[in-house]
Amino acid sequence: MSIFGFHYRLERKAISLILGIVLVSSIGGLVEIAPLFTISQTVETAPDMRLYTPLELAGRNIYIREGCYACHSQMIRTLRDEVDRYGPYSLAVESKYDHPMLWGSKRTGPDLARIGEKYSDQWHVAHMINPRDVVPVSVMPAYDWLLANELRTDDLSLHLKAQRKVGVPYTDDMVANAAADAYGQANPDSTQADGLTKRYGKATTVRIFDGQADRLTEMDAMVAYLQVLGRLTTAAGKSMAQTGASQ
Amino acid sequence: MIAQLTRNERLHAIQIGLVVAVCGLLLGLAGRDDPIGLHGGLIFVAGLLAIFLVGRDYYAPEPSDDRLTRYYDDPSKAGVVLSIAWAVFGLAVGDWVAWQLVNPDLTFGGGWSSFGRIRPVHTTSVIFGFGGNGLIATSLYVLQRTSRARLPDQLAPWFVLLGYNLFCVLAVTGYMMGITQSKEYAEPEWYADIWLVVVWVVYFLIYLRTLARRKEPHIYVSNWYYMAFILVVAILHIVNNLAMPLSFGSAKSYSAFSGVQDAMTQWWYGHNAVAFFLTAGFLGMMYYFLPVQSGRPIFSYRLSIISFWGITFFYMWAGSHHLHYTALPQWVQTLGITFSLMLLVPSWASAGNALLTLNGAWHKVRDDATLRFMMVAAVFYGLTTFEGSFMAIRSVNSLSHYTDWTIGHVHAGALGWVAFITFGSIYASVPWLWNRDGMYSAKLVEAHFWLGLAGTVIYVFAMWNSGIIQGLMWRTYNESGTLAYSFVDSLVAMRPYYVARAVGGLFFLIGACLGAYNIWMTIKNPGLVATQGGGRPEPKLAAQPAE
Repeated sequence: MSIFGFHYRLERKAISLILGIVLVSSIGGLVEIAPLFTISQTVETAPDMRLYTPLELAGRNIYIREGCYACHSQMIRTLRDEVDRYGPYSLAVESKYDHPMLWGSKRTGPDLARIGEKYSDQWHVAHMINPRDVVPVSVMPAYDWLLANELRTDDLSLHLKAQRKVGVPYTDDMVANAAADAYGQANPDSTQADGLTKRYGKATTVRIFDGQADRLTEMDAMVAYLQVLGRLTTAAGKSMAQTGASQ
Repeated sequence: MIAQLTRNERLHAIQIGLVVAVCGLLLGLAGRDDPIGLHGGLIFVAGLLAIFLVGRDYYAPEPSDDRLTRYYDDPSKAGVVLSIAWAVFGLAVGDWVAWQLVNPDLTFGGGWSSFGRIRPVHTTSVIFGFGGNGLIATSLYVLQRTSRARLPDQLAPWFVLLGYNLFCVLAVTGYMMGITQSKEYAEPEWYADIWLVVVWVVYFLIYLRTLARRKEPHIYVSNWYYMAFILVVAILHIVNNLAMPLSFGSAKSYSAFSGVQDAMTQWWYGHNAVAFFLTAGFLGMMYYFLPVQSGRPIFSYRLSIISFWGITFFYMWAGSHHLHYTALPQWVQTLGITFSLMLLVPSWASAGNALLTLNGAWHKVRDDATLRFMMVAAVFYGLTTFEGSFMAIRSVNSLSHYTDWTIGHVHAGALGWVAFITFGSIYASVPWLWNRDGMYSAKLVEAHFWLGLAGTVIYVFAMWNSGIIQGLMWRTYNESGTLAYSFVDSLVAMRPYYVARAVGGLFFLIGACLGAYNIWMTIKNPGLVATQGGGRPEPKLAAQPAE
């Protein structure tokens, strides 16, 4: 019996056809995706990897809300020109806590994987208010209202809790103090700032990101997030140095 | 619409409306302080509207039993109209977005109208609004005719069509309010995703129940594709959208996966949304409307089998070619290339099967713009699948990835293949659905064809140019061994191509508007034959050579 003869009979039975489609289409995903969760080499280890602070996470959510990923990637490929232009190529571990990942698929604007601390807070704020004030030929939309919008902090504990449910190791302490930590990160002189560095480490940047000391705005969150991109761990720089040494 | 439902179905419709309204009310109350509250209100109103419309005609006479001797085409008619409406809206937003890249201040100062929020409005409106409604409308039409069986009931198809459009409205309004998961082509949040699963299960059951009643012993090839479309999209949708919401009263959720696993899951979804939404479904359309419109049987039954199973198997491996040179392990990337190259065989088998079907009918292609839409669609399908396999090769991808080349590739497929086969199928089916002599104006179909083709060609050439220039500028070194161009230099070089792209898109939009007008006039004006009560005989599918 030829395969066509077999098919001639198969296509007379709806259920067999359906089972065939499900079976045949499932194989690729099972072989390619399932092992990514089990093979330990898939994600490198980085002991110094820190978590996003509540303010940075809020900034990340604004980045998602505004669809920034449509034009900016956060994934430096292992190509010489990309490393020269943007810095060490991205490691899997760097987006280990990114639910969802924001690797992106298009660079209408430049890659942002290592944008953190390359520009000043003032530059970022001016750029968000009107990109053409600092980059005359830019085609990025203006986000001036980020400076006007107060940041919502009352649900930040819920955010951290949901993150913990999908595997990000936030402690009870972090969850309970999420709103205070967000306030503290943008107010260096406040008592809340001390609590933040205690929970997230001394390397955490505590600054008045938006230039307004009295208010906590969405601009604070956005700039805090942009300034931490590529700086959660130093693993990528070390990995590059090792590759360089072995050549 | 209501008059054709039985009393029992009207009761069920009101019950469904009630459940929907209660769910909407609960969401609205729980999410008073959140954007989800607005959506809760929208769902509540949709439920109430259903109850009101059905309730108003609840005691109208029931449909007579002779309805069972005819196919049930009203949902298909509504689907065609919705499809065209979404096409005009989605293409208009697309062209607006394109002009924003020429003049970024075309946002009118609002957050809702900035590029990042409007771009998914465009993609969702054209893929799910235009394409999805076209698929639902044609699949129900084709399913009945190729099975020689009526749809199992009158309520389920309406539930699927209207429920699906509620999903689309939730998606599109959500983006403008800032509700998004950020997963490309899977942006809607958890509650919209759950609703789509419910709708999809009913859609699948309509298929199964109709097939169970079929009078044709064999299931026609179109239905293999439509079934693969429904089944695999369900699998992809459920897995990729697994997420943890903040609370019942919050639109925000966090993806169950992170980093590299999330990236692979997303592009396994993303690439197969192309495969099973934008390819399999529309191949189902092509396998019915191309032979019917040309009056020729499908060229080869065996090629149909080979290409169907090849597409179903190979496509699911190809997603990783979206992640070349990234932090995704090399072995997955390599599997992605391998299967992407093999995919060319079943893809070209389908395209070739379609074009060879036209042998003996090429004079009709010359004279009939409707058939020409389908022929050009098959050509673009062949071109785009070749380009796709080519771009999946790692060294090509190193240049093309992240550039406008990808956008050009996608639009060659979306405009040249998906939109063209849909327009062709709609132009073929509208006179049959509404019992007209033909379209209101054959000249307008002709004009739509040339505007659409010109728009597609301008668009694709503009993006090929800008993409390749971008890719080359980013990797060019000067004599001293440093990068020759800044990112901003490449941005300046893009400008003429962005203007050209927006103009090409405008051509395509104008064509679609002509199509919408033509379809509207065809529906409004009863044709000559129809007024005489004759009705144009609907063509039958030519017999397939059984082997």
